[in-house]
Amino acid sequence: MAKMTIEQKLAILSDAAKYDASCASSGSDKRDSRAGKSLGSNEGSGICHAYAPDGRCISLLKILMTNFCIYDCSYCINRSSSNVARARFSVDEVVQLTVEFYRRNYIEGLFLSSGIIRSPDATMLDMVRIARKLRHVENFRGYIHLKTIPDAAPELIAEAGLLADRLSINVEMPTDASVKQYAPEKSPQQIRRAMADVRLRKESAGDRSFSGKRPPRFAPAGQSTQMIIGADASTDTTVLHQSTRLYSGYRLKRVYYSAFSPIPDASARLPLISPPLQREHRLYQADWLLRFYGFELNEITGHRPDGNLDLDIDPKLAWALAHRDLFPVDINRAPRELLLRVPGFGTKTVKRVLGTRRHRTLRYDDLVRMGAPMKKARAFVTCAGWTPGGLTDSENLRARFAPPPEQMSLF
Amino acid sequence: MPHVVLPRIGTDTAWRDAARCFLAASVPPDRITWGDTSGQKGLFDDPALPSAPTAVTVPRAFLSMANCVVWHSDPSRFARLYSFLWRLKQHPHLMSDRGDAELARLRHMEKNVRRCQHKMKAFVRFRDTGTDSSGRRSFAAWFEPTHHTVEPTAQFFVRRFADMDWQIVTPDISAFFQNGQLHFKQDLERPDLPEDASEALWVTYFRNIFNPARLKVQAMKSEMPQKYWKNLPEAAAISELVSAAPARAREMARNAPTLPPARVASIRAQQSANTSAWTGDGGELEDAIRACDRCALHKNATQAVVGVGPRQANLMIVGEQPGDAEDLSGLPFVGPAGKLFDEIAVQVGLDRNKAFVTNAVKHFKFLPRGRKRIHQRPDAGETEHCKWWLDAELRAVRPSLVLAMGSTAAFSLTGNKRGLKERRGTIESGPGCVSVLITYHPAYLLHLQDPATRAAATAAFRTDLQAAAAFASSEGVVDAKEIRSV
Repeated sequence: MAKMTIEQKLAILSDAAKYDASCASSGSDKRDSRAGKSLGSNEGSGICHAYAPDGRCISLLKILMTNFCIYDCSYCINRSSSNVARARFSVDEVVQLTVEFYRRNYIEGLFLSSGIIRSPDATMLDMVRIARKLRHVENFRGYIHLKTIPDAAPELIAEAGLLADRLSINVEMPTDASVKQYAPEKSPQQIRRAMADVRLRKESAGDRSFSGKRPPRFAPAGQSTQMIIGADASTDTTVLHQSTRLYSGYRLKRVYYSAFSPIPDASARLPLISPPLQREHRLYQADWLLRFYGFELNEITGHRPDGNLDLDIDPKLAWALAHRDLFPVDINRAPRELLLRVPGFGTKTVKRVLGTRRHRTLRYDDLVRMGAPMKKARAFVTCAGWTPGGLTDSENLRARFAPPPEQMSLF
Repeated sequence: MPHVVLPRIGTDTAWRDAARCFLAASVPPDRITWGDTSGQKGLFDDPALPSAPTAVTVPRAFLSMANCVVWHSDPSRFARLYSFLWRLKQHPHLMSDRGDAELARLRHMEKNVRRCQHKMKAFVRFRDTGTDSSGRRSFAAWFEPTHHTVEPTAQFFVRRFADMDWQIVTPDISAFFQNGQLHFKQDLERPDLPEDASEALWVTYFRNIFNPARLKVQAMKSEMPQKYWKNLPEAAAISELVSAAPARAREMARNAPTLPPARVASIRAQQSANTSAWTGDGGELEDAIRACDRCALHKNATQAVVGVGPRQANLMIVGEQPGDAEDLSGLPFVGPAGKLFDEIAVQVGLDRNKAFVTNAVKHFKFLPRGRKRIHQRPDAGETEHCKWWLDAELRAVRPSLVLAMGSTAAFSLTGNKRGLKERRGTIESGPGCVSVLITYHPAYLLHLQDPATRAAATAAFRTDLQAAAAFASSEGVVDAKEIRSV
């Protein structure tokens, strides 16, 4: 076989990496290169340098080191039994691509993942080598996200955490049973142990020593994970239950939900339908309600007969429609917790309401100027000069928000 | 009537200086006309105004907003800022009145500028323009911002690309960074930038990171507006990617899976030969406990926490269940209760390493609450299920004395649910007639609020630990009455 060009390798190894939804480049240490000896900066907030036509942002150079893999996970394009073209980057190739892309302002940094070659330890060691060279030889101060291999030796994970901004380990499926079914070589317990290990290392790196010195930061942007949605039969309740467990247990920054998407040369065990994008979207909304809006899991899914979120309306609106006795709320009096439950109101709107009503009574127009989406919210609030009257309890309120029924396709 | 013309470079400080002068001289907004920026340096055509700005205090939030709004392309921005500032002087709380129409408008303009700055950070595309004799590289970009965002955004590029020379040329203001010095020029022609081989690699990346099975063109356009496309090398690929996507997705669904390649068998063999640093410690019993799914608790915990200590230990210490820290580390008694236990054990001379330390229940039971896990006491059924493993550990270690800490451990070992207060310090009979010394759980001591009650319970706990320590070192027999009287 003729030697592959870097362009051919890049095509194969970025194609192989696109099923990982994670893209964040935010939340790490602030640092820059003003001293003139290094390259790159991190400002805390992430930057999306481009968007692909799939609507996903391109913030990092997201590639696999190699797509050779000894595992055979049915949902994965790179499983050992698939016939996709295979390639492998050398350490220098990844380093050069990252630095040259970064200098042209294409990316915020590198998101490196890999198929398992030879053994988990050998693979993790090669990934650590890449990060080490970027940091210590190229003096790269941009963002590095390393996918961590759960079975890799703890000392490799320890070094990875010192080099990378973020580590992630994918739980892959919403239940242990599904992991065993679809990814027979992976152990759900080992995945959790590795996430627990990352959390403990990060926490102990935050403790000052007796002399008051801080140890070097460990994965300052924390850890994240990804779950594939729609490949198995798990309900949204199961998925969100798994998320709350992961957030509380391992202090994850994010759980990414990735609608299972048909892959080339797919395994016969999987549903090859178009990815459930709307379901993915609703799960993210519910995830936000759990983390930033004070909702409990059973409030979001408890009133759903089949354990799945309503695909036609967002989960907060669904909750509000099921609890109309609590509405309308008085914009000028309601506590923050209740304002956060008004459909359409985000944390920013609520902050603006609270800031303004200290000085005067709010009217409907004030809410419009604050940027609150009143088309959605008006049935659920009262304020000076506005009362929804019978709207809150009207029979057809749901129909106002839900998309019109679609005619089934004949073909 | 003063007419103010502000410079296009350094607009922020020039506006602030002018506004300060007018405010100090109490010139109302309707008496000033603000011309749009021009190339001239001259500030005022009304010499009657104080030329040296006096100190005027304004809310910090206003300053940060004004420093942003001055870069907006709307010619009315200076007048709007000044007229709001004029009102702010009388009503300082106006900054927090987000329903105020003038503030809402300014905040909206501020948002436009910040978005424009953000998009500039994202969409500037440099091309390599060479390397000098010292090895310092230089890059250049042509960019067309919507607002006057080059000057306020240039520092971002300084922070990021300090080890190279760069220039961002725009039809408005252009930024030049050479040998660590930043300066601005205005009204430059579009330069001819050399071809750059990395651009083709970038487009290759863009084409391949796209997933044709999830087409969301609107989402892309709202975040990467089409007005930027003409200066983005990757944007040329978009129309073809979009039009070919449905066919590619259909093809993936239609194509039958191929047969696994021949190398799969050898890969499987290689895979099964791998060992992990995480496994290997512990024997058959430990492995069996770690694989336990006899009750529902395994579904939420990280891992089962097995007992630790020498198999020949004559003292076995049994707690309730792993907590947050134990669940994460896989080791018993390492959390806050474990630390308290260690502290008192050291005081009474009990060597923990010589005892076998374990829990009545092997998996952590909790309720997830935000970013915390709230400990839940295991119920009788869960304790019964897990007794299987505790009995197995007892058979493996054969201790002469078991120290049962807390009611769950006491219940599991003796089958007796009675309260601990009257039982602590006594010896009861456990499985196979092993002596079980009952005491409090250290977590109970941590939860006691009243200092006197806490001190008394801690003293009792210390006494029990002391008895266990004496027993462990003497290998003798303990007299229950003796302990209670200590």
